[in-house]
Amino acid sequence: MRPSVQEMIAQSNGKKNKKVIEKIIPIILFLIASVSVLTSIGIVLTLIVETVTFFTRVPFFDFIFGTTWLPFSNKEAQFGILPLIVGTLKVTLIAVIVAVPIGISAAIYLSEYASENVRRILKPVLEVLAGVPTIVYGFFALTFVTPVLQAVFPEIKIFNAISPGIVVGIMIIPMIASLSEDAMSSVPKSIREGALAMGSTKFEVAWKITVPAALSGIIASVVLAVSRAIGETMIVSLAAGSTPRLDGDFTGSIQTMTAYIVQVSKGDAGYGTTIYYSIYAVGFTLFVFTMVMNILAGYVSKRFREEY
Amino acid sequence: MTESAKKAVYETKQLNLWYGSNHALKNIDLEIMENEVTAIIGPSGCGKSTYIKTLNRMVELVPSVKTSGEILYRGRNIFNHDYGVEELRTRVGMVFQKPNPFPKSIYDNIAYGPRIHGIKNKKILDEIVEKSLRGAAIWDEVKDRLNENAYSISGGQQQRICIARALAIEPDVILMDEPTSALDPISTLKVEELVQELKKDYSIIIVTHNMQQAARISDKTAFFLNGEVVEYDHTDTIFSNPSDKRTEDYISGRFG
Amino acid sequence: MRYIEQQTVVKRMNGRLIANSIFKYIFLAATLIALLALVILLYRIVTQGAGHLSIEFLTNFASRFPEKAGIKAALVGSLWLMLVVAPTSIILGVGSAIYLEEYAKQNRITTFIRMNISNLAGVPSVVFGLLGLTIFVRALALGNSVLAAGFTMSLLILPVIVVASQEAIRSVPGELRDASYGMGATKWQTIVKIILPAAIPGILTGSILALSRAIGETAPLIVIGIPVIIQFLPAGVMDTFTALPMQIYDWSSRPQQEFQTVAAAGIIVLMAVLLFMNSIAVIIRNKFDKRY
Repeated sequence: MRPSVQEMIAQSNGKKNKKVIEKIIPIILFLIASVSVLTSIGIVLTLIVETVTFFTRVPFFDFIFGTTWLPFSNKEAQFGILPLIVGTLKVTLIAVIVAVPIGISAAIYLSEYASENVRRILKPVLEVLAGVPTIVYGFFALTFVTPVLQAVFPEIKIFNAISPGIVVGIMIIPMIASLSEDAMSSVPKSIREGALAMGSTKFEVAWKITVPAALSGIIASVVLAVSRAIGETMIVSLAAGSTPRLDGDFTGSIQTMTAYIVQVSKGDAGYGTTIYYSIYAVGFTLFVFTMVMNILAGYVSKRFREEY
Repeated sequence: MTESAKKAVYETKQLNLWYGSNHALKNIDLEIMENEVTAIIGPSGCGKSTYIKTLNRMVELVPSVKTSGEILYRGRNIFNHDYGVEELRTRVGMVFQKPNPFPKSIYDNIAYGPRIHGIKNKKILDEIVEKSLRGAAIWDEVKDRLNENAYSISGGQQQRICIARALAIEPDVILMDEPTSALDPISTLKVEELVQELKKDYSIIIVTHNMQQAARISDKTAFFLNGEVVEYDHTDTIFSNPSDKRTEDYISGRFG
Repeated sequence: MRYIEQQTVVKRMNGRLIANSIFKYIFLAATLIALLALVILLYRIVTQGAGHLSIEFLTNFASRFPEKAGIKAALVGSLWLMLVVAPTSIILGVGSAIYLEEYAKQNRITTFIRMNISNLAGVPSVVFGLLGLTIFVRALALGNSVLAAGFTMSLLILPVIVVASQEAIRSVPGELRDASYGMGATKWQTIVKIILPAAIPGILTGSILALSRAIGETAPLIVIGIPVIIQFLPAGVMDTFTALPMQIYDWSSRPQQEFQTVAAAGIIVLMAVLLFMNSIAVIIRNKFDKRY
C-alpha cells in the first residue's frame, strides 16, 4: 500500500525549499524590468554628457540660433543647427500632407464602410506596409519616386525633399490609419445607430458623429506619426541628399538631423573631434523633438478623451 | 459516526473583512463539522462567496483586502504568519463557479496538483489520476480520452474534472463556490449526487444561490445576509422551522 | 404648425445621398492608394532585382564588380545578429512583462516603468544607435561586434516585446490562476506551468514581429560603425560582421546603375526572410487560436 498523497506531499515539501525560489524570482524579474528604465537613463545621460562636451567647443547660442551648418569646413567649421531642423521639417511637412488625408480617409473607410471581408483583406495590407523596412522605402524613393517626379517636374534634382517626403508619408499611413481606426471603432455602436435611426446617411454619421467623437485619438495618431517622420533616417539618408540649407526650396538637396548623424557615422570622424560630439548634440535635439511629440500625443489622447 | 464524536474542521471567530472601505463580512462566528456538507446560502452580495474564499485565503488575491478575527483550521489560525497559504490550500481543495480546467490534457489536469507538490513517479501519478477520476464519478466517461484537451468535453464533465483535480491531492476539505451555477439541470444532478458520495471522505462547504439544492444535499445550512450570519442550524430546521423572520422571508422567496 | 416640412426633407435628400456616395468612393480611393503604393513598390523591386538573383548571389561575398557582388556575408551576419537579439530581447521582454503583470504592485515605481516603456517605443532608432555607440562599442569596449549590435537592437525592440507579452499574459483567464492557486501552487509554479504555456502563442507572435523589425533596421548599425565590405564570416559574437540592410544601403548609395539591380536583389532576399518570419507568426497565431 502506497502512502497517502498528503504524506507524499509533506515528504517532498520537506526536501526542497520553494520559499527561496519564491523570494528570489521577483527580485530577478524586477531587475529585468528595470533594464528598460536603465536604457532610458542611458540614452538621456549619453546624449547629455556628450552634448555638454560639444558645448565646451561650440557656444550653445551659436548651435541653437546659428543659420549655417558647415561642420566639415577646414577653415572655420560652423554648427548652427537651424538648417538641419528646417530640412527635417520640410520632409515632415510633405509626409504629413500625403499621409494625413489618406490615413484618416482609410481609417474612416475601414471603420464605417468596409464589410468584414474587405477589412480582412485591407488590414493585413496596412500591416505589411508598416512592416516594410525603411531601407527598402529609401531605395524606392531614390530609384522610383524621384525619377517619376523628375519626369513630370524637370526642375527637381536627384536629391530633394519632395520624394523622401512622399515616401515617409507612405510609411506613416498605416500608423495613422490603424490608430485612428482604433479610436473610431471604440465609438459605441449605439451612438451610430441613434444617428442612423434619425435618417442620417453613413457619411453624415462618419463626419458628424464618429470623427468628432474620436477626434482626440485621431489627433494623437497624427502627432505620433509626425514624431516617426521626424526620426526617420534611412529614407532621407538615401534620397534627400546632404546639403544643409535654411531656404524654402524643396526641389534640391537638403539634409535632415538624422541624415547628418548617418553621414558622420559612415565617414571616419575620429573619436573626440568636434564633429564626433556634434552627432550627439544633433541626436539630443532630435530626441527632444520626438519626446515633445510623444508626450503631446499622450496628453491629447488623455485630456480630450470622450466619455461614453 | 455519531454526532458527538464529530470534530470541527473550521472554527471561525469574530471574522471581519473589508474590501477597501466596504465592510463585507461582519463578526462571523461559525463552526463547521467534518464529514458533513455545509451549505451557505443568501442573496447575491451577502458575502457568502467572500466567506468561502476566506477559508483558503483565496480572497487575498484581491488587492486592498483586510481581515480581523480568527479562522481556526483543525485548531490552527490560518491567518498566522507562519501558516503558508500553499500549505493551507494543499489541505483544502476548491471548486469554482465556472468550470476552469487548464488548457491541457485531462490527465495533466488531474496530475497538476500532485506534480507541483513534487510527486513525479509515473506509476503513482497514473494511480492517482484513475482514483481521482473514479472518485469524481467520471472515470468511465473519459478513461479512453485522457490525453485529449480538457476543453473537448462538455461543461458538466469539465466541472467534474475540476472536482477530480481537487481530489487528486487528497484534501481534507473541499470548498465549492456555486459549482453548478453554470451547468444544465442534468449535470447539476450528477454533481449533487457526487457531493453526497464525497462527504463520506471529505468535509464539504458549498456556496449556493439555489435553496432547493441546499435543502437536497446539505446537513447544515448557514444563511448570510449583508455580511452577517443570520442563522446557522441543521438544514431541516432552517427550511422547516427557521427561528429568524429574515430567514423565513428569504426561504419563502420574498426577497433575494 | 410643423417645423419640418416633408417636402424640404425630400428635396434635400438627393444631395445628401449623392454626397454620401461620393465620399464613400473618396475614402475607398484613399485606402486603395495605400494598397497601390505597396503593389508598385513590390513590383518595382521584383522586376529590378529578380534578374540578379542566383545561387552565386547568395554564396558570394561583396565585390567591387556588380556582377560578382553577393550577399553571403550579410545574410550570415544577419543570422548571427538574430542569435544574439532573439534570446536577449525575449528574456528581457518576457521577464519585464511577467514582472509588470504578475508581481508589480500598483505604485509609483510601476507607473514609472510602464510610462518609461511606452516612451522608449517612441525614441528614433538612430538615437538607439548613439546609445549603442557610447555604451556597448566604447564604454564596454565590445567594438563593432555582433554582441554590441545585438544588444543595441535588443533594447530597440524591447518595448514591442514587453507590450505584446503583457497583452498575451493579460488575456489568460483569471479562473486558471485561481484554479492553480486553489491547488496550493505557488505564484512562480502558476506562472511557469499555467500562465506562460497559455500565453506563449501571443508572446511568440509578438516576438517574431519584433525580431523582423530588428532584421530590417539599418540606422543603429550605421551609427555603431558596422562595416560593409567584409570578406569573411564572423566566427563568434565578438567578431565584426555586416547585415542585410547595411549591404543594401551600401549598394543603393553607389552611383553606378548596375549596383541598384544588386540592391534590389538584396531587398528581395531581405523581404523573403521577413516573409518567412511573418508566416511563422501567422501559423502560430492560427494554430493556437483561443481554446478556452
